[in-house]
Amino acid sequence: MRFLVPIAIFVVLVVVLAVGLKLDPRYVPSPLINKDAPTFTLETLADPNTTLTKQDLLGRPVLINVWASWCSACRVEHPVLLSMAQNDKVEIIGLNYKDTREAGSELLQAHGNPYRQVLFDPQGKLGLDLGVYGVPETFVLDAKGVIRFKQVGPITPEAWRDQIKPLLAKLAASPAP
Amino acid sequence: MIAELGLFLMSLALALALVQVVFPTVGLVTKQALWLGYARPAAQAQFACLLGAFLALVHAFLTNDFSLAYVAQNSNSALPWMYRMSAVWGAHEGSILLWATILAGWTFAVSLRVHRLPADVGAVVLAVMGAVSVAFLLFVLFTSNPFARGLPSPSDGADLNPLLQDPGLIIHPPMLYMGYVGFSVPFAFAVAALVCGRLTPGWARWARPWTLTAWTFLTVGIALGSWWAYYELGWGGWWFWDPVENASFMPWLMGTALIHSLSVTDKRGTFKSWTVLLAIGAFSLSLLGTFLVRSGVLTSVHAFATDPARGVFVLSILGVAVGGSLLLYAWRGPKVLSGGTYSTVSRETFLLANSLLLTVSTATILLGTLYPLLVDALGLGKISVGPPYFNLVFGLLMAPLAIALGLGQFSRWREDQLPRLWRGARYSAGAALIVGLVIGILVDGPQRLTAAAGLTLAGWILFTTAMGIRERLIGRASLSAALGALPRAFYGQCLAHTGFALAIIGVCLTTALSTEQHARMAPGDAVSLGAYEFRFETLNQFQGPNYQASEARFTVWHNGQQVDELHPQKRIYTVRNQPMTEAGISPGLSGDLYVSLGEPLDGQAWSVRVSFKAWVRLVWLGALLMAGGGVLALRDRRYQSATSAAASDAALAQG
Repeated sequence: MRFLVPIAIFVVLVVVLAVGLKLDPRYVPSPLINKDAPTFTLETLADPNTTLTKQDLLGRPVLINVWASWCSACRVEHPVLLSMAQNDKVEIIGLNYKDTREAGSELLQAHGNPYRQVLFDPQGKLGLDLGVYGVPETFVLDAKGVIRFKQVGPITPEAWRDQIKPLLAKLAASPAP
Repeated sequence: MIAELGLFLMSLALALALVQVVFPTVGLVTKQALWLGYARPAAQAQFACLLGAFLALVHAFLTNDFSLAYVAQNSNSALPWMYRMSAVWGAHEGSILLWATILAGWTFAVSLRVHRLPADVGAVVLAVMGAVSVAFLLFVLFTSNPFARGLPSPSDGADLNPLLQDPGLIIHPPMLYMGYVGFSVPFAFAVAALVCGRLTPGWARWARPWTLTAWTFLTVGIALGSWWAYYELGWGGWWFWDPVENASFMPWLMGTALIHSLSVTDKRGTFKSWTVLLAIGAFSLSLLGTFLVRSGVLTSVHAFATDPARGVFVLSILGVAVGGSLLLYAWRGPKVLSGGTYSTVSRETFLLANSLLLTVSTATILLGTLYPLLVDALGLGKISVGPPYFNLVFGLLMAPLAIALGLGQFSRWREDQLPRLWRGARYSAGAALIVGLVIGILVDGPQRLTAAAGLTLAGWILFTTAMGIRERLIGRASLSAALGALPRAFYGQCLAHTGFALAIIGVCLTTALSTEQHARMAPGDAVSLGAYEFRFETLNQFQGPNYQASEARFTVWHNGQQVDELHPQKRIYTVRNQPMTEAGISPGLSGDLYVSLGEPLDGQAWSVRVSFKAWVRLVWLGALLMAGGGVLALRDRRYQSATSAAASDAALAQG
């Protein structure tokens, strides 16, 4: 009997892998696409006395990038965000997710800050409303605050070039409300 | 033209690999010795073909043949030639061709020595390796052809990912693949033992050097990868528990268990079923690693271009190879794999305990790596498992492993007595506890307990290693003669265990003692870190072959004396417009001085990170000593006389 144990374990493993193969880790069927982004009031990472609300993000398309200092994939994404902010002048709003103020600020200080503003969400409240599964994730909001796109996992240079950049160009071309 | 030749050679290699599988199989079924013999020349010709195909791809890169889509995507005319070489395996298509070529290389090496094995065993070994080769060549030809022409062909290429433009990355993948693929040899041996229905001590002696070689390569490969991450990613970390790192670490752990289990099977004739299972397991995990990296089921920092068709293909290979061999194991194992006895207190027990612990460690890493996928597959959402899980679980498992390792070093085969073990262990244990206590007092901060515990275990390993040597020398008249008479494998064992202890020390101390500071600095500014002062002297711009760089000059001062000068860089690789950090590092045994440039702020100011990475070199030094132990053990006389052992088995089998 004990000689059958390995094959039994392996069969379970293969089933999981086969099911996993059908799922794209970067694709999360977000019910929020083309829905209004949730409203929020959050402190900024830099200053506990400054708060931002959804109203502050309206009027132009913005990216909301969910990140944390403890997330290794975010570190890979970081230079891409910096390049987007510097070279393409994209407005990226950071959502510092389940992190501490010290660790988050320190990281931005050390490695550069691609964000126009950073929302501080230590309990992951806004993250929950946005349906964040893991970090990093990025949402594209249009001028009316409607979620138009969601990237799960790091933004690769390809994802930026092929998907997000064209979308932003399209959103910028349509008249603001 | 040369590219088409490469494609043709690859197809020819596939045909030869088929010969290598089919002929011995027919020979085995119909019991015709002549048919068995075809496996050898087929294997050798297959290697020649794949080497030719690989060189054709190297040629395409060196001559900047951008009409090949793969070259156009991963190279550039401004790329220095050595990175054009390494760009060959810089992305999926080329690296899988390298995989197949290395497999053919291992098969070739086996084919040169296979005549020393019983004819049927040798033929099955080659047939199994041929079958793996068939699967991977089909994979290359149908989903990942590196020789595909792209139309219209661009005038210049899109450049190699700047992260990979680094000397360490030239040799890291080949080393890693030598290890991964090398485990196909013990795998083929395990299948051959099950098919042929006999597993003799000669079998284990034959499989040992192959396994040890593969394990040594894998050790070096993993160490190189960790070293590269440390200086190239610019974050100063040396291990991230990233899925791809785990994919290389799991076969290594299993391989470590396998080399130990094989030694018991060789010397004592026991653990047969366990050894065979580990041999299947180590290669299965190599295949699983290949699957995880290339199918895109997990998100990782090592993003290979992914494609679901490739995932299905590799999963099928995995299913057939591993499923088939495990079925064979379930069917034939009970008949073939038995024998040997030992008492509860004996070296066998400690080695078995460690094999189990290594297997459990592998399982926990597998669980942590696949858990996000499992949760996703069950429709429970998406989560990620981070370093806290791995550090805790893996750290907890290392403690009993280190204890059993120490006990195993000076306990006796077959049967030992607890009182004798206690007499031998008490001084080592006492000394190790003192080391731990001292460290616990000296080290301050949140990692104090971890450092004390880690150093106690490392001390225990070192002291018991010394005890093991002493045990072997006691009562000998001449010390030098006795030292010379000890087998090289024993020295290899001591060296590898010392390396393991050093790695533990390195991991614990660097975690506990490293310090770091972030600052906004302009030329002329200084920042102090402990006893060191870092001064930002000047900032220069210069043009590299395919990048523009800002290079800062830092001087490091200690007690008013300048002790070092560092040159961290920030590069912008022009083709991809991608920034890269080149940290300025001054290595030292007790710690590295490390400066990395963050982002340019206003004026001449930069965000700068300065750190002191205490004892971090011990981590890699430990790994290198482990590999050195492997090399030393390979030079043991035991394997030179393997010929006679296998020959006597062969005589036994045929007689």
